[in-house]
Amino acid sequence: MTAPLRIHQLTKRYGGNAVVDGLDLKLAPGRCHGLLGPNGAGKTTTLRLALGLIGADTGEIRLLGHPMPDEGSQARRRVGVVPQADSLDPDFTVRENLLTYGRYFGLKRAQMAARIPDLLAFAGLEGKADSPIATLSGGMKRRLTLARALINDPELIFLDEPTTGLDPQARHLIRQGLRRLIAQGKTLLLTTHFMDEAERLCDVISVLDRGRIIAQGSPRELIAAHIEPHVVEVFGEGLGEWRDCASRFCRRCEQAGETLFCYTDAPQAVVTDLDTKGGTGLRYLHRPANLEDVFLKLTGRDLRD
Amino acid sequence: MTELRWFPVWLRNFKVWKKLAGPSILGNLADPLLYMLGLGYGLGGLLQQVEGVPYLNFLAAGMLCYSVMNSATFETLYSAFSRMHVQKTWEAILNTPLGLTDVLLGELAWATSKALLSGAAILLVIWALGLHASFAMSLALIPVVLLTGFCFAGLGLAINAISPNYDFFLYYFTLAITPMVLLGGVFYPPSALPDWLATAAAWLPLTHAIDLARPLVLGRWPDMPVGHGVVLVAYGMAGFGASLVLTRRRLLR
Repeated sequence: MTAPLRIHQLTKRYGGNAVVDGLDLKLAPGRCHGLLGPNGAGKTTTLRLALGLIGADTGEIRLLGHPMPDEGSQARRRVGVVPQADSLDPDFTVRENLLTYGRYFGLKRAQMAARIPDLLAFAGLEGKADSPIATLSGGMKRRLTLARALINDPELIFLDEPTTGLDPQARHLIRQGLRRLIAQGKTLLLTTHFMDEAERLCDVISVLDRGRIIAQGSPRELIAAHIEPHVVEVFGEGLGEWRDCASRFCRRCEQAGETLFCYTDAPQAVVTDLDTKGGTGLRYLHRPANLEDVFLKLTGRDLRD
Repeated sequence: MTELRWFPVWLRNFKVWKKLAGPSILGNLADPLLYMLGLGYGLGGLLQQVEGVPYLNFLAAGMLCYSVMNSATFETLYSAFSRMHVQKTWEAILNTPLGLTDVLLGELAWATSKALLSGAAILLVIWALGLHASFAMSLALIPVVLLTGFCFAGLGLAINAISPNYDFFLYYFTLAITPMVLLGGVFYPPSALPDWLATAAAWLPLTHAIDLARPLVLGRWPDMPVGHGVVLVAYGMAGFGASLVLTRRRLLR
C-alpha cells in the first residue's frame, strides 16, 4: 500500500518568511500520525498545503496518489477534515448539517440517510438529530464536526487540534472516537497541543519547529532517543542552595520559574539526597519522562506567540 | 455534472432562507412597496405627470430596479460576509471536493435568485395596481431583473472580498449605491439633471437597468436593449472576476 500522504521538500513563504521550510513527511496507511509543534511552527499551513487549498513555493505533495494542488478536488473526495475553528452551520439542525455537508461531496440523499444514524451513534448524538446547533455543548459540536468529516467515509482524516478548548470529559470522548477510527483502519493526521493525547493516540509523531520536522518516531522512541528516562521536579524553599548539588546527581538540569527539572538515568540518588533534606521546605515530584519533556527539550521553553 | 458543482452551495443558502422565508419576503416587499406607495401617491399628488404618465407609473420601474439592486447587494455583502468570515461556512466547504470558484458561483447564483424574488414581488405589485401598460411587454421585465440581479451580485461579491468587517460596506453604500439611487433615474428622469451629471450617471449600472425597465413598464420597447444589457453583464462579470481573484487572495494564500 502506498503512503496516503507523501510530502517532499515542501516550502511555503509568506513575505520572505518560510513558514514551511523543506518539510518531508510520509504517512503510513492505517496509522495515527501526530504533528506537534509550538504555535506558528507551520502545522496548519502544512495541513492546508496537503489538502491543496494553497500552493507551495517549492516541493511535491501527493495526497492519496494525487499530485496537489492540481488534483485537489479528486483527492479531497476521499479525505475528511476536522478544522480548528467551529464551522458548523448555525441555522441548521444536527442532521441538516450532515446532509448539507454530504451534498458537497455529491452524495445522494439515500446514501446519507443510511449513513447518518451510524454517524450520530459514533458521535454520541443519538436523539439530537433534530436539535439546533445553538443547543449543543462545545463537546457535542466538536463531535458533530468529527461526524461531519466522516460523511464521505474517508480513508484519511485530518484533525487540526480536535480537542482544544474542551473539558477533560469531552476530550476523552473525542479520543475514544479517534481510537475507533484507527481500529477501523483509517489513517489519521492529528495536530494537538496535548502531549498526553499524542502519546496515547499516535503511532508516529513528527515534531515540527520553524517549518521543518526536527524529530520523528513513536512516542517511546522519541523519549528514548531524546531524553533521560526519569524526571525529578524540585521546588520549594532552599532550591537555590540545592541547585548547586543537583549537578552531582543529574546529567541535565533545567530551571523553569520556581521549579528545577532534573533529568536522570538514576533517580534514586537524587531522591535519597532530597529525602535527607526533608523538613527544609524543599519538595519534589519523581515521574517517568514523557513526550512533553521531549517537546520542551526540542523546541525550548520560550513562548512563541 | 461538473458545471453544476456550485449547486449544493446554492441549495445550502436556499434551505437556510426557507427557514426564515416569512420575514425575508416581508422585508423584500414592504420596503420598496412603502416607497412606491408613499412617494407615488404623496409626491404623485403634487406632480401632474412625469414623461407623460402618472408619477406612480413612472416610479414603478425605478422601484423595481432599486429593489433588485438592494436585494443582490445585501445578500452578497452582509449575508455572504457572515458565511465567509463569521460562520466559516466557506472554509468548511473548501475542505470538500468543491473549490472557491464553486462557492462563489453558488453565491452569485443565490444572490441573483434572491434578486429575482424581490423583483417578482414588485412585479406582482405592478400588476396588481395595474401600473403596466402591456402585460406581454411587462413579462420582458423578468430577464431585466435577472440581468440586474447578476450585475449587482457580481459587484457585491467583489466588495465582500476586500471587506475587513461589516462597517466597510458603508463605503460601498455611500460611494456607489446611494449615488446610483439618487442619480440613476429611480425617482425622476435623468434628463432633469445638468448635462455633466447626466453624463456621469450614464456610467452607473443602475441607470442602464432603469433604461431597460422603464419603457417596458410604460409599454414601449427600450432604445438600445442590447447595449444596456451588455453594460449590466459587463459590470457583473467584472465584479465576479475580481471577486474570484480577491477572495482567493484572502482565503487561499
